[in-house]
This record gives sequence, structure tokens and C-alpha cells, in this order.
Amino acid sequence: MKTFKIGGIHPPENKLSANKTIQVAPLPTQAIVMLGQCLGAPSTPVVEKGSEVKVGTLLAKSSGFVSANLHAPVSGKVVKIDEFIDASGYKKSAVVIDVEGDVWEDAIDRSTTLIKEIKASKEEIIKKIADAGIVGLGGATFPTHIKLTPPPGKTAEVLIINGVECEPYLTSDHQLMMEKGEEIVVGITILMKAIGVNRAIIGIENNKPDAIAHLRKIVAQYSGIEVCPLKVQYPQGGEKQLIDAIINRQVPSGTLPVEVGAVVQNIGTAFAVYEAVQKNKPLFERIITITGKSVKTPCNLLARIGTPFSQLIDFCGGLPNDTAKIVGGGPMMGKALVSVDVPMTKGSSGLLMIPEAEAQRQTIRNCIRCGKCVSACAMGIEPFLLMATSERAMWEEAESAHIMDCIECGSCMFVCPSNRPLLDYIRLGKAKVGAIIRSRK
Amino acid sequence: MSKFIVSPSPHIHSGNSVQKSMYGVIVALLPALAVSLVFFGLGALIITLTAILSCVIFEYVIQKYLLKGEPTILDGSAILTGLLLAFNVPSNLPIWMMVVGAAVAIGIAKMTFGGLGNNPFNPALAGRVFMLISFPVHMTSWPKPEILPLTYIDAVTGATPLGIMKEGLAKGDSLTNIMTQIPSFTDMLIGKMGGSLGEISAIALLIGFVYLLWKKIITWHIPVSVIGAVAIFTAILHGANPQAYAGPVFHIFTGGLLLGAIFMATDYVTSPMSKTGMLIYGTMIGVITILIRVFGAYPEGVSFAILIMNAFTPLINKYIKPKRYGEILK
Repeated sequence: MKTFKIGGIHPPENKLSANKTIQVAPLPTQAIVMLGQCLGAPSTPVVEKGSEVKVGTLLAKSSGFVSANLHAPVSGKVVKIDEFIDASGYKKSAVVIDVEGDVWEDAIDRSTTLIKEIKASKEEIIKKIADAGIVGLGGATFPTHIKLTPPPGKTAEVLIINGVECEPYLTSDHQLMMEKGEEIVVGITILMKAIGVNRAIIGIENNKPDAIAHLRKIVAQYSGIEVCPLKVQYPQGGEKQLIDAIINRQVPSGTLPVEVGAVVQNIGTAFAVYEAVQKNKPLFERIITITGKSVKTPCNLLARIGTPFSQLIDFCGGLPNDTAKIVGGGPMMGKALVSVDVPMTKGSSGLLMIPEAEAQRQTIRNCIRCGKCVSACAMGIEPFLLMATSERAMWEEAESAHIMDCIECGSCMFVCPSNRPLLDYIRLGKAKVGAIIRSRK
Repeated sequence: MSKFIVSPSPHIHSGNSVQKSMYGVIVALLPALAVSLVFFGLGALIITLTAILSCVIFEYVIQKYLLKGEPTILDGSAILTGLLLAFNVPSNLPIWMMVVGAAVAIGIAKMTFGGLGNNPFNPALAGRVFMLISFPVHMTSWPKPEILPLTYIDAVTGATPLGIMKEGLAKGDSLTNIMTQIPSFTDMLIGKMGGSLGEISAIALLIGFVYLLWKKIITWHIPVSVIGAVAIFTAILHGANPQAYAGPVFHIFTGGLLLGAIFMATDYVTSPMSKTGMLIYGTMIGVITILIRVFGAYPEGVSFAILIMNAFTPLINKYIKPKRYGEILK
């Protein structure tokens, strides 16, 4: 069984919401659409207070090379464009829409008929994807259309589809593969056409045998697409780890995956691409897992962007009393939220309620040099050393110890027997070293 | 609005802790302790309890009254140091010597450097070598194994297999002749031979090794490279001159080699952190051990070999780096 070669851990999977059918979350009464939802520049609003919008109406335009369009997830009236606390805990600009009915833009095809034939040309596909505001739905939220246009001189050979979902608890991709397998595979053929490759490989960890079997059956009707089962290991869903696992190539430090001929897209992204290209549907809703050990009914929900998390939690049985920490995303890389009023964004793959007993970090002790962080590191760097150099502000040493290679997967901190805040310090070091590197240019 | 804990990811932890690792190693040492209690009886019990108690008390007193900090004796590291220290001495050692050894191990080798995690040398081995140099007679007179003996200081003593060999070779005896005087291979496996308290039973130590691997407390790299280096080195010597040099089986199953390779060389704090580093470190320990045993003045060299390589650990950590992702393509 294939997997990546360096480091890795196996945290308890806790896939509480596995095999739970995707339910449609109720519409919010008010949608809060954050303007900065993707990696890169926040979008520029094209509506103003009082504008009437339909579901799918363009709300804000991409404002730079790395940026994406935003569409209204609900129909109604824009009541304000104001600052709002988002998942980062800081106030950011958002468009607030009071919901009236559920009127969709006419151009959107709301039927469930599967459209296999791809009429759009390569350029049209990329334009449609850009127009629809699609970003990487695995969590990084990098605008998809940019990834589809490799830098000059580089050619992609293979499209890798990330169906790994290696974060504990999360099941949204798994359930999507089970329910929308056909659409995903058509989405993959669209992406293949856009990139100009004739080979695609879907990587799925073998803790999802049903998804592997289901997609294998579907891809048998297509040429050039295969399913690659992978041994369960975190962080296999990391782009670099996935490429290593599937095509046995490693992306050189500081370069893009296309350097080794690979383009990686997430399962959810492939589905969004299908909807955008074949159904004219912009990205304004997604699948999100609402989960946690004390959550009454852990769910996979299809929810509109801009829905306050509190409403999704209520739908799944309400906020458990013992909740001490709420994480947007999975437990390894997700962000702790300051409140449940934070709205859903394009990158919201999950919402995890952590009970009190597991929410507190344990007492930090001396490093005992056990080397477990070194063994766990999926980038083959030395977390203990990076923390030590960052703690002492030794930025040059941190840089030469390859601190910028860190993908912040958290494996080092997960295994540390002394509960050392390795990743906290590495993040600090990355910020400092990154600034130093940029100032040299 | 309710308040939530906000901290950066990761939000879950493996539950691994210093205590779990330390108590895991202690559990892995229990089979060997049981064998010692059988063959060395009361002496083994007195020495083990003295060593553990002294180490824990010294650590507590130093942390509480000298360093004025929070004592961390419950993390199990002082208990482990005490146990390992006891394992490395003859079971008829006078109590006061054991206490002095514990004071050196904890006071000098561990706490002066800042406690657990900061000590450059394995505390138990530092204590043991201090005792070996300071009390050479007591540290090299081993009681003969009996079944549950109640003798302690006045136990009947005899030499270890390594001692018998060293002495015999020095007298000009042939190896074939010497080999008739040492315990049978079965006795070496179960531990019916002279030696330090915890080093005698190969089987018990190997059971501990399997437990440590199963609990993922250590990896195979250090023990296997130590034992492998000893096997290869002694096989070459034995092949070159079978009458002067004993073979791999003798060297692996006698003395403190297994105890050292499995439990002392693998000490987290004083061994390298990368797998390649561990292999280099282990190989060098094996080579130095045999150099001392065969060409040196002492019949046994495991402790010195490990301490010497402890000194090289920072250097190994600095120059031997783990294989980095994406490096191979450069």
C-alpha cells in the first residue's frame, strides 16, 4: 500500500459522522459573507447597501492575481458592508445580506441531471472556474484557476485528486465521494482538459474502502482516471505528501508541485468545478462536517457560505454543555474560533466541538531529546531545533535549518511527550524568517 | 456569549508523556529485576531499593531546596536512574557506596546541568563509572548466582565470564581452555552467571526490548546497531585468530552489552535524534566496547563506550541531519 516516505503519525480517526447522509442546512435569516475568503487579496465589493441580490449574484470581484470572486449565497437585500469578527478572531470586512426567499439566478441549472459532455474549451473552463470564484476546498483556499495555469515553461503531466481527508473527525469529502461520485469524476475530466493532461489519479486512504470501491466503479467508464488506495497516515492530505505517496516524486523546497509534473486538486474542488462548468453554479455553498465527541448528532451538511456557525450547531443538536473549544476545520490544522457567531466561508470543511477534558494543553516540560518530533516530521526537518532557534531569535540558524519548509501539520506537537509548543514557535520563526527573506529581494 | 479556549493548532495530543515513557522503561526492566532477585536474592533487593530511594530523595532535595523549584520526582526519571544504577553494580555492594553513587548520578550528572533533558551524559552510567574508579575492588567482586540467597555483603564471590577470559588470556591460556571455565550458553541466556545486578539474563533483557519496541518507546536503531557492530567486529577478530579472540555469541551474551545496548544507550536525552545519527552512535558504541574488552585494561567496556559516545551526541545531532523532503531531487 502506498504512502508518503518521510515522517507521519496516526492520530485517532474519530470519524463520528462517517456515512451520515448529507443534509441540507436551513437557510440563515442573515448571511454574513466575509470579503476575504481565499488565500490572497480580499475581494472588492460590487454591491452596496440596499442592493437586491439573488442566489449566485456576484457580490465582490477578485482584486488581484491571487484573489477570487464572491457570490451571494442567499437572495435578499444587502443591509450593510461592515466589519465582522471572522474565524481568525480579527474584524474583517463582510457583506451582510438579509435573507428574503430563495431566488436563484436564472443562469444556474438547478436540475440534478448528470451532464457528462464537456462543451467548454480549455480557456472557457478556466474562465468559468475563475468567474465562479472556486478556491481549493481542502482548506488552503488557494484560487483554483491560478493552479490550472502552470507558470511558463512548466508542463503538468498528471492531475492528482485529493480524497485523503486525513484530518481526524472530518468526513465531508468522504460523504461527497459517496453521494456525488459521478459529478466528481466529470469534474475531474473537466480539470484534466483545463490542465491538458490525460492522466488523473484519485488518492483515497484505505480507511474509506466504500469510497475507493465506489469511485473505482465509476472511473472504469472513463479513460485515464484511476483510484489509488493509500495507507492511512497523517498528513497525507498535504499536497507535497500526497504527490510523494502517489507518484513517488518529491517537490523541491520552495517550488510548486508542477515542478514534478503534478497538479493537485481536492475532491470538493472537483465537485465545485463540475457545478460551475456544467451547471453555471458559482461557489456559494459547500459540505461541512459538524462534529465532536459530545455533539448530539454529528452531521455532514450542505450549507450556504455566510451562515453563522451557531445555526449549523443548533441543527446538529445544539452546542454541547461541555464544549470548551470550537475548531473551524480539523483538530490538527483547524483554527480555534472565538465565538459561534463566526460565519461559514469557502474554506470551512468542518466544525469541531472539543470537550473540556481535551481542550487544555498540558504542562510544558523540558525537552528530553527523544527525537519523536524528528521522526514525526513529514518534511524531514527538526522541530525541536526550529523551536530552540525561534525561542532565541536566531533567525539565520532557523532559516538554514529549513524553517520555511514547515507545512504546519502539527505532527511534532501531537507526539511531543513534554507538551512543548513546537509549532507555536515555528510559526513565529516562519513569520520572522519569511519577512527577512522578503526584505532581501 | 460563552468564552472558549483559543489556541493555535494542533488541538489534539497523542497523550504521550515523559512519565509514560519513563514508567514504560521501568516496566521493561522488571523481568531482568525478577531474575536478579532470584539469583542474587536479598542483596539485589537491598541494593535496588537503596539506589531508587537515594536517587529520588537526592532529586527531590536538590530541586526543592537548592534550585527552589517544583520537584518533578513523579516523572519517573529519578526512579529509572536509580533502577539502572542498581542494575550496573554487584549486588553485594555496601549501602553507603550505593548512596554515594546515587549522589553522583543525580547530583552531578543530572541536576548540575539543569535536570532531565539537559544532562550530556547518562546519569546512571556516570554514577557507575564514578563508583568503578573510586571503589574498584567492591565494584569488581561479583557474588555467585544461587537460588534466592539471603546473604548480602558476605556472599561468595566469583568472576564474570569476561573477567575469566581477560585473566586467562593474560596468563597465556588458550581460548579453548578458558571457555571450559565459563558458564554454558543456556546459563548465559537465563542469567545464571556472575555479573552486575541487572545485566545477567539475556532472555529477560530481550523481553524488555520487545516490550519497548511494542510500546514504541524506543526504535530498533540503537540496540541493533550496537549488537550488530559487536557481532561483526568480534566475528572478524574470531575469524582471524580463534585462539586469541572469542566469537560474537560470547561477547553479546556476557557482561553489560545487552543491558547497555537496550536500556542505557537508548536513553533519550543522551542519544542522537535522527535515525542515521542513531545508527552511527550505536555502531561506534559497539566498536569501542570491543576495543576496550579486547585491547583495553578493563574486561568490560560498555559503560565507557556509551559515555564516550554520549559526548559525541551533540556533534552527531549537528552534522547528521534527517533526510529532508524534496532533498533527493536537488
